[in-house]
This record gives sequence, structure tokens and C-alpha cells, in this order.
Amino acid sequence: MEVLIYLIPVALVLGGAGLVAFLWSLRSGQYDDMEGPKWRILDDGDLQENSKPVEAAKRKVS
Amino acid sequence: MSAPERDWAAFVTDTDNGKAHMDLAVDGITCAACMYEIERGLQKLEGVENARVNLSSHRLSVDWDQEKTNPSPIVDLLQTLGYKAYPFDPAQVKSRGDAAGKEILRALAVSGFAAMNIMLLSISVWSGNASDIDNETRAFFHWISALIALPTVAYSGRIFFRSAYMAIKTKRLNMDVPITIGVLLATGLSLWQTIQEAKHAYFDSAVMLLFFLLVGRYFDHLMRRKTRAFAENLATLKAESAAKIQEDGTTLDVPLSKLTVGDRVLVRAGERISVDGRIAAGTSEVDQSLVTGETLLQSVAEGDLVYAGTMNADGVLEIEVTAAAKGTLLDEVNRLLETAMEGRSRYVHIADRASQLYAPVVHAAALLTLVGWIMLGMEWQPALVIAISVLIITCPCALGLAIPAVQVVASGLFFNERVLLNAGDAIERLASVDTIVFDKTGTLTLPEASLSKDHGLSLEQLDLAGRLALSSSHPLSQAIARATGAQHVLPEAKEAAGKGVEATVDGMQIKLGSPAFCGVSDKQLAQAKDQQPDASFVAFRLGEAEAHLLPVGQFMREGAAETVQKLKDAGFSIEILSGDHAGAVKHAADILGVDCWKAGLKPQDKINRIEELKAQGKKVLMVGDGLNDAPSLAAANVSISPVSAVHVSQAAADAVFLGDSLAPVMSALTISQKARRVMNQNLALSVIYNLIAVPFAVLGFVTPLVAALAMSGSSIIVTLNAVRLRMIAGTATQPDQEA
Repeated sequence: MEVLIYLIPVALVLGGAGLVAFLWSLRSGQYDDMEGPKWRILDDGDLQENSKPVEAAKRKVS
Repeated sequence: MSAPERDWAAFVTDTDNGKAHMDLAVDGITCAACMYEIERGLQKLEGVENARVNLSSHRLSVDWDQEKTNPSPIVDLLQTLGYKAYPFDPAQVKSRGDAAGKEILRALAVSGFAAMNIMLLSISVWSGNASDIDNETRAFFHWISALIALPTVAYSGRIFFRSAYMAIKTKRLNMDVPITIGVLLATGLSLWQTIQEAKHAYFDSAVMLLFFLLVGRYFDHLMRRKTRAFAENLATLKAESAAKIQEDGTTLDVPLSKLTVGDRVLVRAGERISVDGRIAAGTSEVDQSLVTGETLLQSVAEGDLVYAGTMNADGVLEIEVTAAAKGTLLDEVNRLLETAMEGRSRYVHIADRASQLYAPVVHAAALLTLVGWIMLGMEWQPALVIAISVLIITCPCALGLAIPAVQVVASGLFFNERVLLNAGDAIERLASVDTIVFDKTGTLTLPEASLSKDHGLSLEQLDLAGRLALSSSHPLSQAIARATGAQHVLPEAKEAAGKGVEATVDGMQIKLGSPAFCGVSDKQLAQAKDQQPDASFVAFRLGEAEAHLLPVGQFMREGAAETVQKLKDAGFSIEILSGDHAGAVKHAADILGVDCWKAGLKPQDKINRIEELKAQGKKVLMVGDGLNDAPSLAAANVSISPVSAVHVSQAAADAVFLGDSLAPVMSALTISQKARRVMNQNLALSVIYNLIAVPFAVLGFVTPLVAALAMSGSSIIVTLNAVRLRMIAGTATQPDQEA
């Protein structure tokens, strides 16, 4: 059972890492807007014109 | 007429890295595309460092370099994109972040982490107890649990300890008192058991209890934050600012919080007056319908008092800001409002009522258990353990979730029906309503004047009237212009102040204005008034032909008659209490089929009637919008305002409905009744759970394993039952919706 001496601290550290990650995300304001971010991933307005997937596909066809 | 210079300094704050920052409420954001459009547009502006739209709260936050740009182009750009935006007055928005919400989330995260890790150890101990765990290993596991649990209880429990302390200090009992006692006893007992190297420790129960209760607390907070955010947006978009006249004679647009008594503000024709004051210069007609419910225009001159929320019709006014002077309407409203608000705060929440019954019963049961076992000859130590286990198992875990979970689901449903809640407990109070009192002007009727459909003009004539009306800023003319959708002003239209407008088209002189201006006889006017007592008349004359009388007035809201009929069918008794004159009120009551109505009422009269109804044991819902309704909104058991209401009334109301239709009133009542039913079910479930669990605890059969299973089981059941509300209410409100 001596292995517990290592396993329990490992479990606590892993759990603690999760907690710290959550507290960090809370502090950096990631929970302020629960609605917008899911749409932001679909916005391709920041891409260069020729790197848009649709444009690239068009070029391939022609 | 150019817009006055605006005093931006009042809205701008500095960020940590030396940039200027402003938060704006933006109206018209409907989907994610609006968010991209606004952000991309603003980012292209020179000097703008960061622009981010919050799609949940419909707010925009912008940072910019003060040396390169200023707020004017930002707001102008939003205007061109088609969004109405108005900056928040930092003095009115208490804090930018949501500090309370973050505190709960942090506590929730810590207790969640602790609950998981302690459970990991507890399950090992439970399975070890069933097989061959040795005492050293168990003690070791208990000590590690204690090491995690003690700081967690101290940190995550603060929210409950604080509230319980406040309650006891003011000699009240709330839900947090039994929670605090339960958690502290469970932790203390476990620590003692650990020191004694005993078999059972309840650290997992204590921490899990905190976790579930914090989930409930966060639900509760989430709902209140959402409703408050929208209420603040609404208040801000009303652009509560005034054109202050400075010493050098120029005007500057300032937020109301920056005005002091004695300042002078300028109000142009067709603008809403935003302050209470005395007219220092100018004459005009004022539409007081939002203040007194009176629909006829009233003429005012120098020295007269005007109130915030009234509409200036056709003259330019210079107003000196006054505090509410003794004996004025405003003073009376404020005084009545204060008294009515005090009465409102006496309402006890359903959850607190439950805990007032609950706490003494549970604590008595625990005490009886202790005494009972000692009398049966048990040692005091194991008897105390059993008594505390009674407290642990009855700690109001499910009860703490029962109401907030339902409120969160219900407020989402309200939101879909375009009703915003101001107060979380409004749902409970709405559910018990049996009498509905409506104000007439602006509530049953539309808040703005519009042209009646039977005006008797051909399309070309109507278009001409509309274009002529564009030249005048009089509210009645503007109503005609809106109704006809006219875009192009007639060239050479001349306005005769206080009378009307005239122009010459193809050699024919056309006139639009007061009946006298267009040569309408008194007899003809009286006849028209008999037919439509709720309308004002604007005359329209083409050349030498006989003038047409165009009825303009505040007509019924869309679906008003249907909604009132539905409410009557559902068994509510309905009354109309109005400050308007009897003819107009009777006409409205006849259309709606309401038998019980009163006209020409003062704010005090409205309250008296509501108190009378309340004294008869009725639960009164007040629906109103005017300044004169504000005290009665607060006096009624529960109240709703349309979004067009004056600020004071909106703040006094428990809920606000959006749009021109009256239908949301009906759906709000339907949803809240269903929500109330689910709340009662949840409370019943909690009671049943206790009825089953307590006898086991009293007999001493409750081990930490049983406590953990019972607690999480009951919490999950009440949460699922709350989610069920979405299904039952979702289907039932469908037929009520306007297509």
C-alpha cells in the first residue's frame, strides 16, 4: 500500500491543476459572454481573401 | 438643426494602460452577424484599439487611443450601420465586472474540486470498511480528507455563514441558518471522529452539500444578473440626457446625473422633456399622457411646472431644473412611492417561508433524537453522533435548489415571450394573481399617437398629407407622417406656429393643422368627436374643398381585446383605472368589454382602489406605464410595465414587456402559474425525501454512504423536475403567441 504515498498527491495535484485552470479562465473573463464565442469560430472575416476555403476550392476546380 | 455637442468625458473611463474606455448599450443586435459587423467596422476606425460585443448582454466595450480619435466617430459609425447605441453613465452602472457572480463561481469551483477528491478517498474507505481496511490506512485517508475539507468549508462556506450571521443579527431565520449549522456540525463531528480514529467521517457530505447549494445560489444569481443587465440597457437606451445651457449660451448634452438644481436645459419641439422643472422661457403645448394619463395636449407658458417623461409639442422651451417641490405631482408620486415600497419589502419569499417552518422542526427532531437515545441508556457520544447525522441528512440541500432551478428555467421562458423580470420573486407573486388592474393610456393603448384607419382619404391625398406633415414637429403631425410613411418634404411648406402647415402644390393651396386653421365648423368637429371620443382631430384641406378631419389618437394595442378576453376567460377579474377623462376611458372599456372602470384618478386614488382590493383578499396585478402609475405599481402585489414606460415606473415594476402587443401579459401569467406548480412539486419532493430519510437517521442507520446517496439523489431529482417546466410550459404557451 506504500504506493498510496505517491498516488494520492498525484491525484490531488492533477485535480488542483484543473481548479487553477478554471480560476484562471474565470479571471480572464471567459465567462462574461456565454453566447458570442460559439459564433466567433464561424467568422472567417479575418482571413486573407485567397486563403478562404471556398475560394481555394473554386481555384482547384478551375 | 444640428445635434448638440455631447459631453463625452462623463461616459469615458481610463483603462490601466492609458487608453480610453467606454461601455455602450446597443439596440438592434439580433444575431452573430451583427456582432461581426460592428466589431469589424469599429476596428477599421483609426485609433480604435479594441472593440468587443457581448452577445449575451447586448453591450459593446470599446478601447481607443485618446490622441488619435474620440467617441463621436464611434457612435456615428454605429448609427450608419443601423444600431442605436448609447454609452453607460459610469455613475449609474455600479461595477463593470460581475463581482458577486465571480465570487460564487470561485467558491463553486473550490467546493467541486474538494468534493471530487474527498469522494475519491471516501469511496475507498467505504469499500475498505466492507472488506479489510486497516485502522492506520483509514485514519490516513480521513486526515487527508480533513486537510482538504477544512479550508474548503472555510472558503466556500463564507457566502452562507455571512448571510446566516446577518439574519441572526436582525433576529430573522432564513435558509442559510440551518445550512450553516448543518455544515459546521458535520465538519466538527468529522474532525472529532478523525481524531478518535472512528469508523465514520462526514467530510464528503459537508463539502458536497456546499457544492449543491452553491449551484442553486449560482442559478439564482444568473437569473438576477440577466434581468438586471437588460433593465440597465433599457434605461441607458432611453438616452437619459439633457441639453444643458452653459454660461456662454452654447448647449452641451450631459447625462442626467451631472445636472444639478438650478441648471437650465433646452428642449426643442418634438423632444421628450427629461427633467422636472419650471419653464424659464418659451411657450408650447405638452403631451402629458405618460405622466397623468390625460391624452389631450396642455398648453404651458413661462413659470409653469413640467415633468420628466412629458413630450414637448411645438415650441422651444428653456427649463430650469427644480427638485421636487412640495405639493407638486412629482412630490406626491415620490412620497407615495416610498410608502408603497416599504409595504412591498414585507413580502416573504416562498423559500424563506419554507425554511421558517423547516428549521425549528428539524432542530427539534435532532434534539429529541439525542435526548431519546440517552434516555434509552446510550452513551452521550454515540447519541450525539446520531443526532448530528439527523441534521446532516435533513440539511436543506434539495430545498436550496428547489426554487432557484425553477426560477432560472422560468426566466428563460419569460425571455422568449419578451417579458423581462426585474425581481426574481415576481414569478411566485404573479402566480397567485386573481385581479388585474390596467392603466389605460400607454398601457392598453399604444404609447404614441397614430392615425386611425378610417380617415376617408384616397391614397394620393394621404401621401400629400403625410408629406405636408413632415414639415411640422407637432406630435399629431408626426403621427400622420409616420402612418403614411412619407419620406420627402414638400418644398416651400410654411409652418404657422401653433396652427398648422400650408403649401402650394400644382397651383392648389393645401393646409394641414388645427380644425380652426382649415375652417372646420364647431358643429362638424363636435359631431366627429361624438363618433370617436378617444381621438384628437387634425384637419386637412385641399384647395377650396371641404376639409377632412383626420382622427389621430392613442389607439388600442395590438391584440388588446383578445388578451383581455382571454384573461377574462381564464377567470381573472379586470379593472381599468385611468387618469384620463371619462369619455375616453368609457370608450376603451366598451371596446374591451370591461365593466369596471374609473376615470380621472389621481395617483392616490389609484392606490386607494388597489388597497381596497387587497383588503378584500384579492391578489392584484397592476399593469401601467405612467409616472402617475408608479406608486400603484409598487403598491400592488405584483406589477408589469410596457417598455415605453417612464423610468420611475419601470423601476417600480416587477417585470417589463417588450413590443406593441399586450399578449405578453397573458403569457407571463400562464408561465408563472406553471412555474409555481413545479416549485410546489419540488418543495413536496424535498419534504417526502425528509419523511423517508429522517426515521432512518433517528434510528442511527445513516452512514456517510447513505447520506451522500440521499443528498445527491434528491438534488438531481428536483433539478430534473425544474427542467421539465421547459417542456410543459413550452407546449402550452404556443397557442397564445401572435404569429
